[in-house]
Amino acid sequence: MSEEQIRSLERQFDERIARDEKIEPKDWMPEKYRKTHIRQMSQHAHSEIVGMLPEGNWISRAPSLRRKVALLAKVQDEAGHGLYLYSATETLGISREEMYEQLHTGKAKYSSIFNYPTISWADMGAVGWLVDGAAIINQVPLCNTSYGPYARAMIRVCKEESFHQRQGFEIMMKLANGSPEQKDMAQDALNRWWWPSLMMLGPTDAESIHTEQSMKWKLKRKSNDDLRQQFIDQTVPQAELIGLTIPDPDLKWNEERQSYDFGEINWDEFWQVVKGHGPMNKHRMKARVGAWEEGAWVRDAAMAHAEKKQERKQKEAV
Amino acid sequence: MKNWPLWEVFVRSKNGLEHRHCGSLHAADEDMALENARDVYTRRSEGVSIWVVKSSNITASNPDNNGELFEPAHDKVYRHPTFYELPDEVKHM
Repeated sequence: MSEEQIRSLERQFDERIARDEKIEPKDWMPEKYRKTHIRQMSQHAHSEIVGMLPEGNWISRAPSLRRKVALLAKVQDEAGHGLYLYSATETLGISREEMYEQLHTGKAKYSSIFNYPTISWADMGAVGWLVDGAAIINQVPLCNTSYGPYARAMIRVCKEESFHQRQGFEIMMKLANGSPEQKDMAQDALNRWWWPSLMMLGPTDAESIHTEQSMKWKLKRKSNDDLRQQFIDQTVPQAELIGLTIPDPDLKWNEERQSYDFGEINWDEFWQVVKGHGPMNKHRMKARVGAWEEGAWVRDAAMAHAEKKQERKQKEAV
Repeated sequence: MKNWPLWEVFVRSKNGLEHRHCGSLHAADEDMALENARDVYTRRSEGVSIWVVKSSNITASNPDNNGELFEPAHDKVYRHPTFYELPDEVKHM
């Protein structure tokens, strides 16, 4: 194909997206569109899978059966979300094995929030309330993104996600209204998860390298800073409602903007964690790679069994 | 080691409705594909029946050929009721 032909195809492609048409797997697409989607979608899938680890940590120690079944269901949903997203990504021509390989070798990233430890039961509340809350804000606009399989996967994910945030908030509310020790525990979890949750919405617009192109492809509808402001404005009143304090001395309502002003985010910390120097990066990867390697014999045995069954069937047919 | 093949999953949400494609998954064989489909796609009573089909068994049309494949229908307007002129007195037909 000549360069001019490609440019003409690209122009038609951009027009289709501007008209709100969806792009489906077998349609022509620019190589950069394919690559960007593989990167973002697989990163999203990896985040769901690694995201199971900090919460899986508490399933066996949940304080009641009610909390245990809810947490178990939430973690199972995250496995499901990872699987929807992996199979949607495979429609772009990358194999599941390749994606796992990229995750396990550190070539692909996952959300850096999961590199923080979950050290008390209140962290299950904070993760559901804040981390899932921030994730929902990120994900809702993606239900309308231009790539059909991604948009469809996101609709399923968003439908299921709201219970995650509510169960987290309920945990926080119970603790905040409990004994002084329980309230301290809730406040401590909020103190530790607040800033990482703000960072989770991505670098500031000035430093975000992908924003403009992603806006055009509807991979992004709002900038990171707008999403962050939305998250803060919606979360501060919720904290007040249950009597917890947001750990930001500079946080205050701005009457003119009808929004909260907030303090400086420690971006050095964010980049350190992204680069692999967070408190749990090594631990998470070790758990993930370990699970994959230790499961190899199960996958092999299942395949051998399936082949044997197939052979038996064929023999019977003869 | 051989990788588990890919399966397409179709779910009937309730009797009276058709099975609809809802996604795909990997599984060693058809029995495992059905069980995985239940866990992955019907955790909240989304279905009363599941079909799984090995993805490699699906033949798909190529969108590049949509012109030749679907165009002929465009000039056959006589297949639509509005092509036919009726007197105003005929209210419902």
